[in-house]
Amino acid sequence: MSFYNCYEKFKNFDYDSFFEKVTESDILRILNKNKIDQYEFLALLSPVAENFLEEMAQRANILSLQHFGKAILLFTPMYLANHCINQCAYCGYNINNNIKRKKLTLEEIEKEAIAIASTGLRHILILTGESPKDTPLSYIIEAVKILKKYFDSIGIELYPMTEDEYKKIIEAGVDSLTIYQEVYDEEIYDRVHISGPKKDYHFRLDTPERGCMAKMRNVNIGALLGLNEWRREAFLTGLHADYLQNKYPDVAISISPPRIRPHAGCFEDVYPVTDKNLVQYMLALRIFLPYLGITISTRESAGLRDNLIPLGVTKMSAGVSTEVGGHSTDDKGEGQFEISDIRSVEEVKEAILSKGYQPIFKDWMHI
Amino acid sequence: MDKLVIGGVELKSRLLIGTGKFSSKKIIPDVIKSCETQVVTMALRRVDLKAKEENLLEYIPKDIILLPNTSGARNAEEAVRIARLARAMGCGNWIKIEVISDNKYLLPDNQETIKATEILAKEGFVVLPYMSPDLMAAKRLVEAGAAAVMPLGAPIGTNRGIKTKELVQILIDEIDLPIIVDAGIGRPSEAAEAMEMGAEAVLVNTAIATANDPVNMAKAFSFAVKAGRIAYLSKLGPTKQYAQASSPLTGFLNEGEL
Ligand code: SF4
Repeated sequence: MSFYNCYEKFKNFDYDSFFEKVTESDILRILNKNKIDQYEFLALLSPVAENFLEEMAQRANILSLQHFGKAILLFTPMYLANHCINQCAYCGYNINNNIKRKKLTLEEIEKEAIAIASTGLRHILILTGESPKDTPLSYIIEAVKILKKYFDSIGIELYPMTEDEYKKIIEAGVDSLTIYQEVYDEEIYDRVHISGPKKDYHFRLDTPERGCMAKMRNVNIGALLGLNEWRREAFLTGLHADYLQNKYPDVAISISPPRIRPHAGCFEDVYPVTDKNLVQYMLALRIFLPYLGITISTRESAGLRDNLIPLGVTKMSAGVSTEVGGHSTDDKGEGQFEISDIRSVEEVKEAILSKGYQPIFKDWMHI
Repeated sequence: MDKLVIGGVELKSRLLIGTGKFSSKKIIPDVIKSCETQVVTMALRRVDLKAKEENLLEYIPKDIILLPNTSGARNAEEAVRIARLARAMGCGNWIKIEVISDNKYLLPDNQETIKATEILAKEGFVVLPYMSPDLMAAKRLVEAGAAAVMPLGAPIGTNRGIKTKELVQILIDEIDLPIIVDAGIGRPSEAAEAMEMGAEAVLVNTAIATANDPVNMAKAFSFAVKAGRIAYLSKLGPTKQYAQASSPLTGFLNEGEL
């Protein structure tokens, strides 16, 4: 059994006629339920539910306070390299984009780590493109060993690996895996992943599960919003999270709802996802899966991020550079996308406090 | 009021508080002061000795007993490792065992909790295990060397009150260690209820931390815990199981032979 079996059930689902049938009283009834099912989750993602965002927000706020309290965990990504053999239509690191490529040496990683750690951050997420030649597992493991000296939690957002490779990486000190499906719709997936190993839909879809089997502590999934009609992708992301949580109760599952940002060699064919849509997605998700972590990146603007805090965010990036070596070198590699919230860690921390929430810098340790 | 003894230490306050969900660490000293708690729990995973301003321990007065918890542990082995780290980091030798391998409801794994308790008690820790109220598991915790038993009133963070009342009552009646009701208590009246039942203490986190005014809410809990204890000590009058019916069905028996 793979999540693909769940996906298949909804492959030919008529979303439009489902949404047409949802009524306002359905939404009110769902909002009064203790636990909601898949179809009720989908109803909360419907256009009709847009009329109940405030009610949904009140409910989501209470659930979030109960499960996570007034606390927001901070982390930052660290780009190790931007070499990539894939051709993803929506990404600046795409093999066909003529950008400055760079891979940090181990010394540079240490310098970058020192610079980031000096801001007080203790949780780090390392990223690369997909290039087994430039950034093989052995390189990642060496990097992790260095980062362990400076950080209490290390996450990875790399290319999909096998269960065994994940076990090795966990052994080295990694505790969290982020892997986005990008788009759950199989046809669109095939279209936007033009060439490279990433074309393998199934291998990618099962990657979070391999991470769970390898015993990652945290597994973070998501769809890149804008590649398909957002309500469908939001729905499938929720189902995927639910599937993983039920099958692997010892893993903390979280999701990110990234929206496509401008980048080098821009991709035009984007489905709109408004702020209101993003909010509806987060609220529906919180009500469907009250225990789920929700991560908001600096792709979103400072103002929006601050307003999202009470709606169920559990984790935020801060002080971000998407450039390789962006924190410590002048000779940077080009960024993956443009960030929107450019505030420093200190500024983000103050903003969280002024919202009545506690910024958390450390929520794990190597044990 | 009578004193509570845990791990050989006499405690005046029967309210233990958690630190995880406050809007700011700066409020913690005022909360502690207003409810006069003597034992404060914190997730060791959150303790950051490197950063003074962010270090939770800086906000807890020195005369308070630290009760680090093993939150994040998925099995006994990880709980043991976290407990040892806690001691090495200078958090004393009290430890609250929290072994949770269910991220959905955050329900404790009693079996792994018993294993961890046994190992840590032998190493000289004062072990307070968080558990699902189950009599046999509680008995095994006693044998394993626990210093108190902490059954949940309802799943963590739900603020639903003591939903496990019947089972907790059995533990109170049958187990010779202090029973501390942990998790689920959402209002002072529910804390009082636990104390009236005969619990030796309660641990409250979410209900205080997420109140609009945590300092006053902490005070309200402190009064409720005291009130509940006094009520328990003054032996509550027996409650009638069934209300007296206004037209009794057996009244004729008193009326003599017809
Ligand atoms: S999304 Fe990832 S795999 Fe695709 S081009 Fe960008 S870096 Fe490479």
